[in-house]
Amino acid sequence: MRSGSRRLPDRIARWGFLVPALGYLLLFFGYPIARNIAMSFQRYTATTFYTGAAPFAGLRNYADIVSSDQFPKLLLTTALFTAGSLAGQFVLGLALALFFHRRFPLGGVLRSLLLLPWLLPLVASGTTWRWMLDTDTGVVNRALRDLHLVSTGVPWLTGTSQALVSVILVNVWVGIPFNATILYGGLQDIPAHLYEAARLDGAGRLASFRHITWPLLRPVTGVVLVLGVVYTAKVLDIILVVTGGGPADATQTLATRSYELSFQQFEFGRGAALGNILVLLSLAFALVHLRANRRALNA
Amino acid sequence: MIQAAGPSARRISTLLAAVALVLSASGCAGGPGADSASGEVTSITALDYYTDASEHAQWSERLDACGKGAGVTVEHRSVPGASLVPKVLRQASSRTLPDLLMLDNPDLQQIAQTGALTPLDRYGIGSGGFAKGILSAGTYRGKVYGLAPTVSTIALFYNKDMLSRAGVAVPRTWEELKAAAARLTRPGRYGMAVDANATFEGTWQFLPFLWSNGGDERHLDTPQAAQALQLWVDLVRSGSMSRSVLNWTQADVHDQFVAGRTAMMVNGPWRTSEMNKLKDLHWGVAPIPVRRSGQTLVTPLGGEVWTVPQNASKARQAKAARVLACLNDSAHMLALARQNFTVPSRPAVASRYAEQVPSMAAFVGSVERARARTGELGVSWPKAATGIYTAVQAALTGEQTPREALGHAQRIATAS
Repeated sequence: MRSGSRRLPDRIARWGFLVPALGYLLLFFGYPIARNIAMSFQRYTATTFYTGAAPFAGLRNYADIVSSDQFPKLLLTTALFTAGSLAGQFVLGLALALFFHRRFPLGGVLRSLLLLPWLLPLVASGTTWRWMLDTDTGVVNRALRDLHLVSTGVPWLTGTSQALVSVILVNVWVGIPFNATILYGGLQDIPAHLYEAARLDGAGRLASFRHITWPLLRPVTGVVLVLGVVYTAKVLDIILVVTGGGPADATQTLATRSYELSFQQFEFGRGAALGNILVLLSLAFALVHLRANRRALNA
Repeated sequence: MIQAAGPSARRISTLLAAVALVLSASGCAGGPGADSASGEVTSITALDYYTDASEHAQWSERLDACGKGAGVTVEHRSVPGASLVPKVLRQASSRTLPDLLMLDNPDLQQIAQTGALTPLDRYGIGSGGFAKGILSAGTYRGKVYGLAPTVSTIALFYNKDMLSRAGVAVPRTWEELKAAAARLTRPGRYGMAVDANATFEGTWQFLPFLWSNGGDERHLDTPQAAQALQLWVDLVRSGSMSRSVLNWTQADVHDQFVAGRTAMMVNGPWRTSEMNKLKDLHWGVAPIPVRRSGQTLVTPLGGEVWTVPQNASKARQAKAARVLACLNDSAHMLALARQNFTVPSRPAVASRYAEQVPSMAAFVGSVERARARTGELGVSWPKAATGIYTAVQAALTGEQTPREALGHAQRIATAS
């Protein structure tokens, strides 16, 4: 109260700095999310675009989706896809980060080449993977046959159990650079003298990884995994290009189904409802993680 | 998917045109003299999905020629096939629809249902002389909203050299097809190929087998439908058809055929000119086999209809309608059919055409009895189509028997 008049311009200035960011968030995040939530409670069809009439449907869209016999399978596929991709990306990313953490000739060049999958347009690399994984003419089966590992072609994209493995493999390939880069950054932050001390104490490679690298990398690991879940659960382009959700819905996830509902069957209301369920799941996961993290910090 | 295909200059000019349209619309709202400023309509816009460079150029020429007759220039834009309907929906909500709009025929009823199109009788365009199939696709609630100058369908393509070397005659029944495919299969080559993709394109390829055997999209869980699906399952099981058909588009099937990796395929006439360029490929076209001889072949009708969307300016609509009528007159129909290897949609013109272009005879014959996909179910066709490709995928992967798969398809088709 004592310096209210003096602090007013300050406060205005402070808000002034906030306005661009707030405006941006409201316009490009708030509005679409609000619109999507509203849409999920409406009967929003192709006709709505012309007439603007979207009757309120209550929870009908959500009920339809949750009660459909496809829903449990969608959840399972999404969970398997996310868990599988994440495990692969993280393990390989960490291995590569550790590898490049050591200094050797051409290490820098190789490390930057590692980013390649990240730089390629996903539709282009997805199409290439589709060719490579073709049962009859793909280079993957050809190599396996020439190495006498398999006698007949593996139906990478056309077998109901293999297709999910294939899209996970492709997604792992796409996700490795992200994991490796962030984890590499985390490794750089671990003071080198800790390793020297450990060596003096007689700790081997394994012991120093277990007692120095792993615990000190934990905060970075957390970030990588949470971002990984959010990025992976919503993957659409890779699956659409590589398998199109097939064969027989074997690679249909919440994201691809939501796309199909909205943009192929023009049932925008239901598509939005499914999209919101996906957002909620990602959000729930992020919250659980933040909670756990805070508890770990407090402890 | 949301970007327009044209160069930015064109995009800006359309934007300006759109702004002008909105201004004129809001300026004249409610007044009876809605088209007072319309005496001097000198150009109209047209939107289609002919993005292929040569195809786009051919259509531009055709539209220009018809525009000249109506005293307007036609500003022609094309967007990729998959983004046409989403674009039209966005234009419908912002009231910036083009003056002349092309739609793939199974999409017409859905767009007409939104109210964004105008019935063609309003402009005095009659539908006499057109084949019934294409008219039923262009009709919504008893009114014709779209007319297609030419139509197409699918047939059986075969590699003449491979068939003669194996001593196999062109199959006409399913038994013959299975036997021929088996005899034509050898290492590195399959006897037969179809598109069994989990898309509407996969459904489209299955329809001739379903319909010719008496199957029907209103009741998918019938023995007739199961027999048709069993044929595809048998072809894959016996190794005459690659399992990869589950993942192939029609373009992939074409590539397999051209590369000599399949001896026969189901496909349309769209790539005829490309195949004609390959000197070593000797190919023929025959009607798709039916289960037993004597059954009538019923194939799905393909083709794009032209429509006149709702517009604030009556004068622009009138001009667009004149261009539409011109595209659909006998002379242009014939020219378009020759250019694109499609079939004129007036049977009278088509029969003349079959004599002139023998490689199209199989298509002309099939098109006469071809059925529009939306002919029976109208706007609920997409659900049945989803059911059908889901069933095809489930049966070909072995997840379900054809009977179970089609029972499931029927539930998808009738779900609210």
